Amino acid sequence: MSDTFQLDGKSVPFEAGQTVMQAALAAGHYIPHLCYHPEFKPHGSCKLCTVKVNGRTMASCTMPAEANLSVESDIDELNDLRRTLVQMLFAEGNHFCPSCEKSGNCVLQALGYDLEVHTAGFRHMFPERPLDFTHPDILLDFNRCILCELCVHASAEVDGKHIFAFSGRGIDKHLIINSTSGQLKDTDMALTDKAMQVCPVGVILKKRVGFSVPIGQRRYDKSPISAQALVDAPRTGAVHE
Amino acid sequence: MTILAQSNDENLSQILARYDHNPANLLQILREVQESQSFIEADSINYLSQQLGISRADIEGVAGFYSFLHLQPQGEYRVLFSDNITDRMLGSQLLMEQMCQQLWLQPGKVSEDGLVSINTTSCTGMCDQGPAMLANGRAITRLSHQRVQEIGQLIRNRTPVADWPADFFQVEDQIHRSGPLLDNQLTAGDVLRQGLLLGSKAIVDVIKESGLRGRGGAGFSTGLKWEACRNAQGDARTVVCNADEGEPGTFKDRVLLTRQADLVFEGMTLCALAVGAQQGFLYLRGEYRYLLEPLQDVLQRRRERNLLGNNILNQPGFNFDIAIHLGAGAYICGEESALIESLEGKRGVPRNRPPFPVTHGYLQQPTALDNVETFCSAALAIQLGDENFRAIGTEKSSGSKLISVSGDCPRPGIYEYPFGVSVKQVLQDCGAVNTRAVQISGPSGMCIAENEFHRKLGFEDLPTAGAFMIFDDSRDMFGVALNFVHFFAHESCGFCTPCRVGTSMLKQTMDKIAAGHGTRHDLNEIEHLDQVLQISSHCGLGRTACNPVLHTLKHFRPAYENRLKSLDFEPAFDLDGALARARQMTGRDDAGAHLKSEGI
Ligand SMILES: Cc1cc2nc3c(=O)[nH]c(=O)nc-3n(C[C@H](O)[C@H](O)[C@H](O)COP(=O)(O)O)c2cc1C
Ligand code: SF4
Ligand code: SF4
Ligand code: FES
Repeated sequence: MSDTFQLDGKSVPFEAGQTVMQAALAAGHYIPHLCYHPEFKPHGSCKLCTVKVNGRTMASCTMPAEANLSVESDIDELNDLRRTLVQMLFAEGNHFCPSCEKSGNCVLQALGYDLEVHTAGFRHMFPERPLDFTHPDILLDFNRCILCELCVHASAEVDGKHIFAFSGRGIDKHLIINSTSGQLKDTDMALTDKAMQVCPVGVILKKRVGFSVPIGQRRYDKSPISAQALVDAPRTGAVHE
Repeated sequence: MTILAQSNDENLSQILARYDHNPANLLQILREVQESQSFIEADSINYLSQQLGISRADIEGVAGFYSFLHLQPQGEYRVLFSDNITDRMLGSQLLMEQMCQQLWLQPGKVSEDGLVSINTTSCTGMCDQGPAMLANGRAITRLSHQRVQEIGQLIRNRTPVADWPADFFQVEDQIHRSGPLLDNQLTAGDVLRQGLLLGSKAIVDVIKESGLRGRGGAGFSTGLKWEACRNAQGDARTVVCNADEGEPGTFKDRVLLTRQADLVFEGMTLCALAVGAQQGFLYLRGEYRYLLEPLQDVLQRRRERNLLGNNILNQPGFNFDIAIHLGAGAYICGEESALIESLEGKRGVPRNRPPFPVTHGYLQQPTALDNVETFCSAALAIQLGDENFRAIGTEKSSGSKLISVSGDCPRPGIYEYPFGVSVKQVLQDCGAVNTRAVQISGPSGMCIAENEFHRKLGFEDLPTAGAFMIFDDSRDMFGVALNFVHFFAHESCGFCTPCRVGTSMLKQTMDKIAAGHGTRHDLNEIEHLDQVLQISSHCGLGRTACNPVLHTLKHFRPAYENRLKSLDFEPAFDLDGALARARQMTGRDDAGAHLKSEGI
């Protein structure tokens, strides 16, 4: 018999080694998340998945599931927090959704809609982040990077290429490219790389495909992220270390 | 290959050899490259990348994390003024301005001739003898108008820092009250002999029974930690001493490492015996670089006396040695899991926990990590026995505690007290008068006002890692909070959203209020940000980054409100400020070059 914990009053079964997030998604319960990707080891940086366990707040994507935990997620306090975090991420970068190729397929934008973020909330920081359009097939628009580290892991662990890394600290933390010039053209990045597929926002883009799927018919136009995430989630045994 | 490039490669290969070509030593390697070259060139990174088998982006990422490592050309002389509030109170800002004028440059920039760069850095741990600076990484204390002028001359004359007058580098212990730690007359090896008689399990029991709790801030039971490490599954155990001492206003570990290095190492070796570790590290903050050689001498002496190395004190199989790793300017590396990442040569980003270091620490092996003073106290607990140790201090806070006193008082320095001493008593002993507030345990700790001076230092009431910064009634507590907010924004590692973005927004909003453009709306925003930081940050840095503002707002709200405009909303964008650059470029600062309105 498998153990269970309580999520917003509902009983959730889990297998040893699963995190609260993995177990919840597998059982068909949505907890908002941004940096978590079912195919990679949880990163735990965006904090959108923050839940309350016995009065303590923690990231559910990294928290090991334990029997009889009482987890609160869908409560006003936490949804307020999530809205604020989304606002912070929008304010930190430069996100002009109407002109972004990722619009409609973007996890950050979809979360914004789903959580009903209606206002900017904060003064935007307007950082200066030059694009990298040196690669023949691929464009990097760093303005939208939310530092989730998925491309770093995809490139290193799946593609075996180590094309991305982080440098800087604090608000100056930023993505860098593994070449002496610092440019993507001097790497062996290819369209077939896993790193092409994982970016939740519109940083890593294929060139010359501008708006081939019209806005209105894209991923999160059809169903909100809270439903889509459950479709995407592996049903059983998603365990990463 | 040019001769220059060849000699660079030679230099690098010597450094690599000293560190066994081990990628886990990357930070130490980069630190030495930085010391020998003033900045880390792209070619050096490529070479290290080939030799170590780490991608060049990963190396650049590590270098880009630490404040004392540079990827861009720096001045031949790199001057960093310590920017703690205590340095400021002693006039550091004026001194820095003076030096910039004398040497014709702007803070943060390299002089045109490449000779010098001047900037600020987080607290260098010399608060009782400030204002302080680092010159090419060497600590200089007691800056005065005259001393700064002399330094300017030495730089102009290109005198190597090693040839500057020795008294510039004098660091005093300034012990005003001592106790069983500072007065300890340990004969090196005695505690270990006692430990060997007891046996490893009994050592853990004594430490547990002594009630010793960690001195680094969190106050976890040291005995329980050692026991968990001892019982954890693993092939190789590690003992780590946290000498990062980054909390502004704290300098007691510096004094212990100067005065009682043997006691520190004895405590670490005792721990190794108790948990079964063979390898130890002292993680020393980069600001204390000058302590490296003296500490290495102590280690060498201990090896010669068979107190480190193989079969310590002729006990077969008791093998343990200690290496010193230096930090490179990152407060977050005091957080235990970030420290371990840094020891492994990586960016100092706190790990996801669980698992905790006791089971998955250095190289994912069981690791006992404690503060400098904790190791000294553990050695003391063995010397005295658990009962006598418990007799010092209070019920839940046994033993004695070093307090680092700085700020407005005639006798700043180190005071050792049994736990349970009142704030009032400390103020009296250091001669402080007209005290408005005391910042206990640094910016991440608590700011208390006069009506709370009866409170007692200890885990029951006011837990403290040791900082005790005093502000008298001439001080503006908003300015204090502003300084701390800047500190946290500068030191946030950038991993998690709330802290990376939140500390920066907090800084912007506080700056706006400081500039006289703040409104009630901004106070609300501050309170909102504080809450987000507190509940959702990944580690203690973010979770406490809001404390300075929360506490000063609680006690000294008028200091904020007096600065607000009556307007309800004021744009953060300051039009006149935006013209500053144009004014500078055109060399104008007359009335016509300014916008008349305040704000818009
Ligand atoms: C941001 C941050 C900075 C810290 N800095 C230090 C430090 O400089 N020295 C220290 O001993 N502990 C520091 N700590 C606490 C350590 O994480 C850890 O709890 C402590 O070193 C454990 O040793 P102890 O049990 O002997 O106190 C810091 C914690 C945080 C969150
Ligand atoms: S580029 Fe995309 S995948 Fe990579 S860190 Fe930034 S947001 Fe994440
Ligand atoms: S709270 Fe701050 S320092 Fe800690 S992990 Fe998050 S960004 Fe880094
Ligand atoms: S989804 Fe858990 S922290 Fe990002």
